[in-house]
Amino acid sequence: MEILMPLIPMSVALVALIAVAFWWSVRSGQFDDLEGPAHRILADDDRAAPPPPDPNEAPSALTPIKPSERRGP
Amino acid sequence: MATTAAATFNYKVVRQFSIMTVVWGIVGMLVGVVIAAQLLWPEILPAVPWLSYGRLRPLHTNAVIFAFGGSALFATSYYVVQRTCQVRLFSDALAAFTFWGWNLVIVLAAITLPLGMTTSKEYAELEWPIDILITLVWVAYAVVFFGTIAKRKTPHIYVANWFFGAFILTVALLHVVNSAEIPVTLTKSYSAYPGVQDAMVQWWYGHNAVGFFLTAGFLGMMYYFVPKQAGRPVYSYRLSVVHFWALIFTYMWAGPHHLHYTALPDWTQSLGMLFSLILLAPSWGGMINGIMTLSGAWHKLRDDPILKFLIVSLSFYGMSTFEGPMMSVKTVNALSHYTDWTIGHVHSGALGWVAFISIGSIYYLIPRMFGKEQMYSTKLINAHFWIGTLGVVLYIASMWIAGVMQGLMWRAVNPDGTLTYAFVESVKSTYPFYAIRLAGGTLFFAGMLVMAYNVWKTVAGGRAYEAQIPAAPAHA
Repeated sequence: MEILMPLIPMSVALVALIAVAFWWSVRSGQFDDLEGPAHRILADDDRAAPPPPDPNEAPSALTPIKPSERRGP
Repeated sequence: MATTAAATFNYKVVRQFSIMTVVWGIVGMLVGVVIAAQLLWPEILPAVPWLSYGRLRPLHTNAVIFAFGGSALFATSYYVVQRTCQVRLFSDALAAFTFWGWNLVIVLAAITLPLGMTTSKEYAELEWPIDILITLVWVAYAVVFFGTIAKRKTPHIYVANWFFGAFILTVALLHVVNSAEIPVTLTKSYSAYPGVQDAMVQWWYGHNAVGFFLTAGFLGMMYYFVPKQAGRPVYSYRLSVVHFWALIFTYMWAGPHHLHYTALPDWTQSLGMLFSLILLAPSWGGMINGIMTLSGAWHKLRDDPILKFLIVSLSFYGMSTFEGPMMSVKTVNALSHYTDWTIGHVHSGALGWVAFISIGSIYYLIPRMFGKEQMYSTKLINAHFWIGTLGVVLYIASMWIAGVMQGLMWRAVNPDGTLTYAFVESVKSTYPFYAIRLAGGTLFFAGMLVMAYNVWKTVAGGRAYEAQIPAAPAHA
């Protein structure tokens, strides 16, 4: 089983590499806040915005502006 | 033009890969249905070599794993890394190269495998020139992904990106080591490793490909799309971090469980079994974390079929990550190995977990990629969900029964020490279960056609949407 000669050291090296990544991530403060990141992705609104209104098209008469939404004096 | 490009996300490559996920899903699953039919009716296709079962089967596995699953991984990882880092992809040109390069790999696979050009290594059948192309595409993928992480605007790297990153790095290592081969001609090569050494490398690759291609990458998908679709933070972010480190620290040595009772040294087999058993803990931690995200909001499952896909995929993940360690126990493996139980186990993971989480994520992405609020029809998503679920259940239940039956028939011995059944008797007894499996697979395939129609109608009424990068990073 000579193949284990490269495979096992490779796994050990990989685990060492993972340990370095873990050490870096802890030291650089990646895990200081274990609540905020879960909420932050929800704050990112990724819904597609509606298409911009066509300037050539007159506002539809079927949807009158409600008094409560009217702006200005 | 450069300023507008810098202010938007790169949705183009996400869009391309999302569409190709559906296309390759249909192709790969169609080939699956065809080979399931061949097991039932061996002469259903013309008797030409390139349509024989032995050549179509690797085409099926390559198409569903690397074409369908791979496209889903590219699409979602490019989307998630951009949205969570709040920056555009590191390089549009390299991202485009990964799209065209990966699809070229798939097309080459679809040509060479039926022609019988194969290294004969399972899930690594492609010959050496294609292996080199895969390596180039993968390096570009890593550069784009990690380059985007490096220029992120948010200090924290969201947990999904850790899973995607581990998947990209590990798959690179696995591919390079396992595909070491000596070319003879342009279309023929021999493995660099002889005999059982080759078997060991092959299953070190094979099982870690399951662990990192088919698990870690899709867990990255899960940790983003489940919370986003549910509109709730993941049940425990702390547990998700523990899940990640526990999984990657313990994964690497499960491979030998594919070689129980072979020429592999006994202690190596036991090592593989031990590591497989350990894996149950992080796997179930992640599964519970994903499902419990809906804690207190279970009613959302009633009306939202996309969420149904995502949550049911997690229950299949839980089932297959319990079944896997159990089957790696040598005494259980003595019964299950070489039977159709293995096929049932694989499809419980592949259809129930990998395909369902991908389908749910693609349903999430398509409207956002094409400037729509939602998919064309929610009812059709619901129909897809039930057709697909029925298909998976028929598939895996029939293969479980067939597998256990085969295992028991093969080991049955008469009082005088002779075998009770000839092999062909077990084949004959399996026949009805092959019919049920074909029905299950056909249903799953039909579900994909429903999806394709729904995607088509959504895309046809939409426009290629380029989202602005929010000016200030989002804060909770």
